[in-house]
Amino acid sequence: MNATSASFGKSVFELLSSMRFAISLLSILAVASIIGTVLKQSEPYSSYMIQFGPFWFEVFGKLGLYDVYHAGWFLVILTFLVISTSVCITRNAPNFTREMKSFREHVSEQSLNAFKHKHEAATSLAPEMLATHAQHYLEGQGYKVRNLPREDGVLLAAKAGSWNRLGYFLAHSAIVIICIGGLMDGNLVFKVQQAMGIKKIETRDIPQSEVPAISRLSPSNPSFRGSVQIPEGSSANVAFLNVADGYLVQDLPFTVALKQFRIEHYTTGQPKSFESDLEIFDLSGKKVREATIAVNHPLIHDGIAIYQASFADGGTRMSLHGWNLFAPTATPFPIKGAVHQSTTLSSGAADYTLEFIDFRPFNIENMGEDAEAPRDTMSVLGGSPVSDKKHLRNVGPSFQYKLRDARGQAREFSNYMLPLELEGRWYLMSGVRDTPNEAFRYLRIPLDADGNIDSFMRLRAVLLNTALHPEIASRFARQALPKASWETDLENQLKLSASQVLKMFAEGGFQSLGAYIEKNVPASDSEKAASTYLRILELAAVEAMQIAHQQAGLPALKPDDALGWLIRDSLNSISDLFVYGAPIYLQLMEYDEVKASGLQLTRSPGQNVVYLGSLLLTLGVFFMLYVRERRVWLRIKPGHALLAMSSAKHTVDFEKEFAQHAQALNTLVK
Amino acid sequence: MELALNQPAPLWKRLTWFDWLFAAIVAGGGLFALSQFGDYMDIYEKAILLAAIPALAIFGWFWKPFRPLFLAVGAISLFALSQYGGNLARMEEAFFLKYLISSQAAIMWMCALFGLATLAYWGGLIARSGFVLSTGSALTWAAVTLGWIGLMVRWYESYLIGTDVGHIPVSNLYEVFVLFCLITAMMYLYYEAQYQARQMGAFVLLVISAAVGFILWYTFDRGAHEIQPLVPALKSWWMKLHVPANFVGYGAFSIAAMLGAAYLLAARGFLADRLPKLEVIDDVMYKAIAIGFAFFTIATILGAMWAAEAWGGYWSWDPKETWALIVWLNYAAWLHIRLVKGLRGPMLAWWAVVGLFVTTFAFIGVNMFLSGLHSYGEL
Ligand code: HEM
Repeated sequence: MNATSASFGKSVFELLSSMRFAISLLSILAVASIIGTVLKQSEPYSSYMIQFGPFWFEVFGKLGLYDVYHAGWFLVILTFLVISTSVCITRNAPNFTREMKSFREHVSEQSLNAFKHKHEAATSLAPEMLATHAQHYLEGQGYKVRNLPREDGVLLAAKAGSWNRLGYFLAHSAIVIICIGGLMDGNLVFKVQQAMGIKKIETRDIPQSEVPAISRLSPSNPSFRGSVQIPEGSSANVAFLNVADGYLVQDLPFTVALKQFRIEHYTTGQPKSFESDLEIFDLSGKKVREATIAVNHPLIHDGIAIYQASFADGGTRMSLHGWNLFAPTATPFPIKGAVHQSTTLSSGAADYTLEFIDFRPFNIENMGEDAEAPRDTMSVLGGSPVSDKKHLRNVGPSFQYKLRDARGQAREFSNYMLPLELEGRWYLMSGVRDTPNEAFRYLRIPLDADGNIDSFMRLRAVLLNTALHPEIASRFARQALPKASWETDLENQLKLSASQVLKMFAEGGFQSLGAYIEKNVPASDSEKAASTYLRILELAAVEAMQIAHQQAGLPALKPDDALGWLIRDSLNSISDLFVYGAPIYLQLMEYDEVKASGLQLTRSPGQNVVYLGSLLLTLGVFFMLYVRERRVWLRIKPGHALLAMSSAKHTVDFEKEFAQHAQALNTLVK
Repeated sequence: MELALNQPAPLWKRLTWFDWLFAAIVAGGGLFALSQFGDYMDIYEKAILLAAIPALAIFGWFWKPFRPLFLAVGAISLFALSQYGGNLARMEEAFFLKYLISSQAAIMWMCALFGLATLAYWGGLIARSGFVLSTGSALTWAAVTLGWIGLMVRWYESYLIGTDVGHIPVSNLYEVFVLFCLITAMMYLYYEAQYQARQMGAFVLLVISAAVGFILWYTFDRGAHEIQPLVPALKSWWMKLHVPANFVGYGAFSIAAMLGAAYLLAARGFLADRLPKLEVIDDVMYKAIAIGFAFFTIATILGAMWAAEAWGGYWSWDPKETWALIVWLNYAAWLHIRLVKGLRGPMLAWWAVVGLFVTTFAFIGVNMFLSGLHSYGEL
């Protein structure tokens, strides 16, 4: 090695082990860590694409921002931390160990005299005598003391708090140990294999059994963290590891079966516990274990820890009524379905795919006033911490599905099984939205006096059936006019208006009526026209309802308030159905719930290494911060004593202690 | 001669009868609690309770004023419990409960007393009045007492709501803010006595008042004081260790930041003749960061161990974890800066002040902004 490279090596060594470098590293690491908390990590790549657009999506992807903490550059920073700390330890080790042992017995009187913290006192005691007293005193203060005879007296060399240095070693090697432990549990092996082309991420959405060996990890893989969802009554012998924009299949050395998944609730409806009853089978199919896991209570089998991580629907089977919204019919047809499955619906004109995506047995909704009653000051000051959440109610099951048309466009629906009471009347609710990040807009289908939607559907069928419009119009006119005006022009005119209103409504609901008014009525009269049309429509609808009932073989309805509300609500719903965007309304009649439990499976050989490091770190930090390293020398000559004190850190405590020792010396010398 | 030299006698020789009585009461109380409520505890929780007995006793021996505080809180809390007699509705009826020591009343008193203490400290600082400053201390002590009573009674109230609802009151933002105020105030009271420097209270109480402001806003605006049952993820004995350890850290860092502010002002001549000497402020700042760092280290490790049990991995880089790491790295850097010659003084004080923003973000910012972050427009 020539001189320049040696000195270069030395300056690198010095840079790496310098405190300023350490400070910079710690700060850089802190700042780098922030990035991953601002940008949500490990989302599906498609959603990053939507957020950033193709250009920035590429750039951020290249920078590894979607998984910052496993990105190359982040690992480089960590590596520097490890190297820097190791170099720092190496550099300090010889000095520090020497210091821990040494009493610095060879200090000269001259250098003691140069100490900032020194105190002199005259004495009449013999040096040995004073030395004995002083040694006793210092030992009482927790010092280790050496009594060193000198030609002209004695030198006492004392030290305390050597463990401070030990703390340095413990804490800083702990950093290295923790990083190593973390690395053992990281995905470095896979990254290398991926770089070498031995392993590849699977990005296709295919059944697990068809995933090729190149995207599978063997059961002997030393470390992994994967997850799997198991429906009740099923089992799994793999876990899925999400990596970048795809996944890997981790084969397990056993099979986990889910017997049952349970959610318990508090009386307030919040979930209280999630539990899974599991069975473990070995690869030959023999049952080896049975256990119940819950959040905070994992099961460890074969070195693999199995955690309760999430839950989902496992394929609930449902019986439904389908109401065809294209044809004005008033009878439903039966459909069967299960969550995670799909069926095709042919509605004459077009084919639709019906994809059932979820089922929720409970829905806790805020049924109170929009905002909570304003709190007055007194009610809080002397108030009760008992929650008064009476407005929270379980409104029963709901199910979610998507309806995809032939072009692949899908709308999402969420329908409640049980009716909801709103403003004193009952409705079946159906939510609809175009994209997952919108909120659902709700269609309310009013219930009749029997608690069914049949009246609504019958009314709708009649109103949309243009063949029946003349009949409705004439019944309406007769009802509206006194007998004297029957068969007059007035009646004809009324009939005509009614037919027209009915026709427009049947074409597009209130929107059509509104558009018509806007086009044909001067703005000054539009409000009046609107209320007239509405009145006509409502009264005509009453007649339509009577016709519908008659057709269904039911007795005529009494015109009361309830009927009035039913008609108004029905008209609103019929109108809303024009923008509902589906050819069908699905009503849930019966269900057989199947739950699925989301398990997380980890094998983490580095965990105990990390814990060991943590223990050392804790001990080290306490030693460094709470064991104060100090040294005291007392040089005694006949008639004169010199006290000197030093410490790596000059704190107020140090000053106090020095003052105390000086005081003590003054007492001792007498 | 020994006495004149101020030789430290072994701890057990220095203990007075009051120390022993205190330890006996702590032990008696702990064992009584174990016999009464043991059925609700798992083995770890029993271990924590048993370990808390010597820990509290020794803490009282080490910091003497803790003993009367503990006894007062214990006695008054027991009185409050007896007033309830197992019936939550008594809260609105019994005079003492309604106006003084139901959890909510006690905590509101705590808030008021902290506010008054802040005024007193500032008054004393400006008027250079030792008496007014010691009034500040007394008010702070009173606030701490009522705050602890509030938490103790709240613990009991949670069980009255339902045995399955009951839990230690360190589980939501409202409860931990109260805890934050109490721990910060107690640490401050310790340093105040150690350094005989009450003027620092003017600054430290500001951060406590800010927390009180948050509590009040949170209560009135959000009804956060309502006791909610624990979500399954929080149902673990780890919570009893992890959360308090964290708050020793947060509290200590806050004290350090306020002293950093005091230091910077004094270094520029503001209030310089009223505040303690710069070295003293610097020293307390260091002490606070040291204890904060030590406890924050423990808290983070405990958090990792809990995460390993609840989420299946000791480190998942979730925002809260990551911000804890950022806070920790920040103060590790601070401690190292202090060891570099020439970087002391204002630089360290500034860093401590900035540290409070980092800490505050880790404490509340993450909960408010990050967990529900769906748009990345900010990047
Ligand atoms: C995460 C990383 C680190 C942590 C948590 C850490 C922690 C600590 C702590 C708590 C102290 C005691 C400070 C005090 O007494 O006030 C300390 C001191 C020290 N650290 Fe670090 N440190 C880290 C990284 C490093 C690195 C990378 C280096 C070297 C390049 C380093 C070098 C030192 C030195 C030389 C001391 C002084 C020891 C003494 O004189 O007692 N540290 N460290």
